[in-house]
Amino acid sequence: MVITVLIVDDSKLARIVAAKTLAALQPEWGRVEAGNAQEALAILGERKVDVAMIDFNMPTTDGLELAREIRSSHPTMPIAVITANIQDEVIARAREVNATFVSKPLTEEGLRGFISGAALRLRSSAA
Amino acid sequence: MMASTISEVLNELELDALTELVNIGVSRAAFSLREMVGEQVHLSVPAVDLVHRMRAIETLEGRETGPLVAVHQVFEGDITGRAMLIFPETKSLELVRAVIGGELSLEDIIELEQEALAETGNILLNGCLGTIANMLHRSLRMSLPEIIRGKGPELFSLPPPPEAADVVMFLYINFTVRQRNISGYIVMLMDIPSLAVLKSLLGEFIERATDGMAS
Repeated sequence: MVITVLIVDDSKLARIVAAKTLAALQPEWGRVEAGNAQEALAILGERKVDVAMIDFNMPTTDGLELAREIRSSHPTMPIAVITANIQDEVIARAREVNATFVSKPLTEEGLRGFISGAALRLRSSAA
Repeated sequence: MMASTISEVLNELELDALTELVNIGVSRAAFSLREMVGEQVHLSVPAVDLVHRMRAIETLEGRETGPLVAVHQVFEGDITGRAMLIFPETKSLELVRAVIGGELSLEDIIELEQEALAETGNILLNGCLGTIANMLHRSLRMSLPEIIRGKGPELFSLPPPPEAADVVMFLYINFTVRQRNISGYIVMLMDIPSLAVLKSLLGEFIERATDGMAS
């Protein structure tokens, strides 16, 4: 069973960096990309997605709003919100939807914890 | 070089990279502003444009008919220019109220306006430029912030440096704090040689970030 990660960011460069960083940590996982919340939700409606990495700072619908929407239909999906702006109030919102913060700019070190955790959760729920 | 829009000088990926750097810079600045304000600060940059100076003045005058107030700082290094945080004057007291909070008399607010504006501008501009410089692996010297009031032409004609500032990076910025939403602008003026340096630094940044995956 291939694990698929949804990468959501309005910046194409940021999506490339996310894909590269993810590939370095989990080369056998599949990836699908979206440039905004609408595209992301469309993708989720069409195919199986196991993990989501979402940029916080997007126009119209921000990353945490998208996370909340995804959470309502995918109660156990590991979701990371990527941001350079970790304010207390934002952390509180993330906690409400059970999303993890990962720092921007993205690095292997920064993403490693979230990805290892996601891998463990997916393995144990599949067992 | 007579490109009708300077956006043609940066290709799509370079403009994307610049927008990404600005967003990260502004996000970090929002974090620092939150420390100062004590409540959540939401900062977003919906658009980044690179235009000729005359076009920047026209755009600003088209959108803001009244007088403006700006916090400005000069930056020098491999890229040299002037950065400004611009608000309509009518909004500046609101900004001060939002940033300082609490019940203050109009006198107090007016007295604190200069300081609050300078500090807010300093945090935003330094945060933004500092982050961009770091990620481009360069350092920039920043002058102390100063406040200026006027309209487009005056703001864009400040004495040197930069003398021949032709290129303006124009950012629309939305600033929400304590339920007040204030829109303003961050502009960075630089000359053509600096734009060329910026282009090559962005190229290097893209290479590093993507390990050549983008080409």
